[in-house]
Amino acid sequence: MTRAPRAVTIVGASLAGLNAAEALRREGFDGPVTLIGAENHLPYDRPPLSKQVLAGEWAPERVALTDPEELEEDGIEARLGVRATALDLDARELTLHSGETVAFDGLVIATGARCRTMPGTDQVGGVHVLRSLDDCLALRADLEAMPQRVVVVGAGFIGAEVAATARGRGLDVTMVEALPTPLSRVLGDEMGEVCAEVHRDHGVDLRTAVGVERISGDGRVERVTLSDGSTIDADVVVVGIGVIPNTEWLDGSGLEVDDGVMCDASCLAADRVAAAGDVARWPNALFGETMRVEHWDNAAQQGAHAARRLLDAAAGPFTPVPWFWSDQYDRKIQLAGRVRGDDEVRVVTGSVDERRFAAIYGRAGRIVGVLGFNRPRHVMRYRALIEQGASFDEALAAEF
Amino acid sequence: MRIVVDFDLCESNAVCMQIAPDIFEVRDDDFLYILNETPGEADRARVEECVQRCPKQAISIAED
Repeated sequence: MTRAPRAVTIVGASLAGLNAAEALRREGFDGPVTLIGAENHLPYDRPPLSKQVLAGEWAPERVALTDPEELEEDGIEARLGVRATALDLDARELTLHSGETVAFDGLVIATGARCRTMPGTDQVGGVHVLRSLDDCLALRADLEAMPQRVVVVGAGFIGAEVAATARGRGLDVTMVEALPTPLSRVLGDEMGEVCAEVHRDHGVDLRTAVGVERISGDGRVERVTLSDGSTIDADVVVVGIGVIPNTEWLDGSGLEVDDGVMCDASCLAADRVAAAGDVARWPNALFGETMRVEHWDNAAQQGAHAARRLLDAAAGPFTPVPWFWSDQYDRKIQLAGRVRGDDEVRVVTGSVDERRFAAIYGRAGRIVGVLGFNRPRHVMRYRALIEQGASFDEALAAEF
Repeated sequence: MRIVVDFDLCESNAVCMQIAPDIFEVRDDDFLYILNETPGEADRARVEECVQRCPKQAISIAED
């Protein structure tokens, strides 16, 4: 039979990893806890990187989620600037990029994800992705130089937030999206169109149903060539076309990897090995679906759940209603649940024209999601209904 | 215990309201209101969950 670990090593020192470490202590675990992070920074909060920090409203230090004193008080040892490159489950040993090996007993895998990039742009200056604090500061410096035009590739949530922040700085922004309607696969055509209109209203030149052929320039980016042959002059390009979970270091470890570390319903990937955050894929019984979730809230909750599961097999399955928010211009967009482009969508409160409303998503007779534009109260009420497994009719009849 | 909300940090995400609707309420004006600033010990676990899950870390508990 399996036992609880005597020491826990956490690989990945961002939100999921830190929450795992803190939860271990909250649950009374008194063995050694080690947090290993590839970046040189202590754990920090990523949402402000596309908003307040990028806008120049916040000093970068404000994103810190902890400090050395707090970690010391909690007895959490942080090893920063250290990347794990291999995992040996039989020997219960990690290999670090320095070649050093580290023994572990309990393990939390929280290595997150990295941005997809456009091939052939590595050597072109002024082409950015946005994931880390260093990414943010590099992009911010380029925006502060008052470029003539910023091109955002991909109108997903990151691209949309960057576009909004750049417009807030008074910069000209062109956003290019391969789909006919931004976010249509996530929100459906109707709600995707609402998001598109928000950007057009704020002066973004939104180009849809067109791909990016090439990003080019002499040393530094000068233009973006689209798949229809047209070109856009650009001094700064931000590529926001999704992320890839960081699982390469697990090759040959014996862990099952399939677009994420495969876990059981309780977030366990192997004996005394759990995974959490953007890197983890697990069957969420509430939705009857195996999912990998890239949201802030999930990283925090799943990190804590992974820790509880390592300590106690009775911690049970992890069954959250995924939820995230995105602040764009003066709108707070929130989505809870698991929605698809072909779900039934009904506006239940407010006005789409005023961009202040909540819409719920139904599938197979159940409420599976809620989208809010400046309606946090309603989003949370409907989120509770999703959690309860309420029917779509019940949700439509509810009054909040 | 006394609930303290840093309203400069609060973004009205309403996570606290989902956990403890009898203590926190985001109203139609999009602002958060604390319905009960000094809940009893029976509510401590829920309030601590609100503290932990707030995306802006805007909630804290003062012991006075």
